[in-house]
Amino acid sequence: LFITKAPVEKSIELDHNIYLLKIFCPEISHIIKPGQFLNIRVSESMYPLLRRPFSVCDAENDYFYLMFNIFGEGTRILSRKHKGDLIDILGPLGNGFNLNDNFDTAVIVAGGLGAAPFPYLTRSLDNEKKIYTFIGGRTHQDIIKYGMKNIHVSTDNGSEGFKGTIVQLLEKEFSSIESKKLKIFACGPNPMLSALKTFCIKNSVECEVSAECAMACGFGICQGCPIESTVHPETYYLVCKDGPIFNVKDIAI
Amino acid sequence: MSKVDLSVNIGSLKLRNPILLASGTVGYGNEISEFTDLNGLGAIITKSLSLKPRKGNPPQRIVETAAGMLNAIGLANVGVEVFLKEKIPFLKKFDVPLICNIAASTVEEYVECTKILTEEETIKAFEINVSCPNVREGGLQFGNDVSKVKEITQKVKEATDKPVIIKLSPNVSYISEFAKAVKEEGGDAVSAINTLVGTSFDIVTRKPKIFNVNGGLSGPAIKPVALAKVLEISRNVDIPVIGIGGIMNWKDVIEFMIAGASAIQLGTINFIDPSAAGKIIKELEEYCVKYNIDKITDLTASYKL
Repeated sequence: LFITKAPVEKSIELDHNIYLLKIFCPEISHIIKPGQFLNIRVSESMYPLLRRPFSVCDAENDYFYLMFNIFGEGTRILSRKHKGDLIDILGPLGNGFNLNDNFDTAVIVAGGLGAAPFPYLTRSLDNEKKIYTFIGGRTHQDIIKYGMKNIHVSTDNGSEGFKGTIVQLLEKEFSSIESKKLKIFACGPNPMLSALKTFCIKNSVECEVSAECAMACGFGICQGCPIESTVHPETYYLVCKDGPIFNVKDIAI
Repeated sequence: MSKVDLSVNIGSLKLRNPILLASGTVGYGNEISEFTDLNGLGAIITKSLSLKPRKGNPPQRIVETAAGMLNAIGLANVGVEVFLKEKIPFLKKFDVPLICNIAASTVEEYVECTKILTEEETIKAFEINVSCPNVREGGLQFGNDVSKVKEITQKVKEATDKPVIIKLSPNVSYISEFAKAVKEEGGDAVSAINTLVGTSFDIVTRKPKIFNVNGGLSGPAIKPVALAKVLEISRNVDIPVIGIGGIMNWKDVIEFMIAGASAIQLGTINFIDPSAAGKIIKELEEYCVKYNIDKITDLTASYKL
């Protein structure tokens, strides 16, 4: 856990306002795990003031990647970074996905930009494990397939793939997934995670989700990112420190 | 040995330099110790403690604003008992004065907390939070009422021999009247300022962005307000002032000291650069060398109006 300044190697506009930033930073790329995040200061000025948290999208050799869309001032500035520009990074932060437990099939469920952490997870799974990837969005423009395998798509308006939500598509195709022991990894908007939680409980499936919350520091001192815990209702979990990855049963969503 | 004497006194509290880390921006010291050498600091002020643990407010607790941020954490804390049992052992390992910030819903609770905590020798002073804008009881209800601030100061002073600092609210017309009340009741110093009440709306849903509706504004946006409040106290009341409000770098520290602060607290900057304190202390020393300032205390209230 440290603060460092690292140079941009490449800025890639993937599609429809989605950017990928490749950053040279061996001290982070070699230790960061899928599902962990970085808190990025996009400029040295007073506005925007706070760092912005981003899931690590991928990491390979001396580089790691961030994926984002232009949402506000911070991401607009980030989208204009060029090769050689230094990025102020605090991290790696959070716990990361648990890829070591006993499962033979990984089912990835991503809503919109919730796809961000999964290229790295896909790369990190060993070759014996099967991967099914379910990607949902409002329209085909929200579907990000970068770095994913065996993709199943849903859109709310039917402009690509199944017409409906991604959890509906998962329910429909679930019986066709051949697996002795599968585990779901998910990231996306809260209504998606909520529907997924119901699905996982009903079908007794293990599921880890990446939660999201506005935060300032990213490492536990601001106490700004609470999430309701079903395990310890007398206190909140902090998304930054206790998460951002939670067993879906452990959080109220 | 440093060429410049950076040490300052806050009442009977002797600090090696004027850089303190503000309550609510350092937790209980463990996380920030990964970035900053706690032993180099003037003091650290722990997250507000209440008698019993407090869960704090539901999300969303934080929203960024122009050159600032709003927070409504709601005094989430582990409570006095867990603090003594689980947090103090870590803090004992460091050679840095520990100031405990106390928040409470009643005068009796302030007294009770102080009585329990004063027994712990690691704690060198208390900062009494009478100005949290984010809880229903206590907080601003006290911070806006001179007679309550008087009463709390007097009763907390009775409960401890250690220095008592009262953290004042800026959400009042004349902050110096509150500082005067603290002085009259034997308070050792005041911290100025706590956050300013603010809010922010989502223009699509028309709902407040923060669950609590209002939050406390901090960061560089509030620095001019904080400076004016420090100056007001300095010109009207003979009491040490610990300046706080949007300090981002060593230049801001100097400015606060010129305006009347004996020491300062770093707050929001710790979220952005948790290693800032160490750098600021070094730069402060360089400034003093450059301008032939032998003792940093010479800066305090050195304004030329």
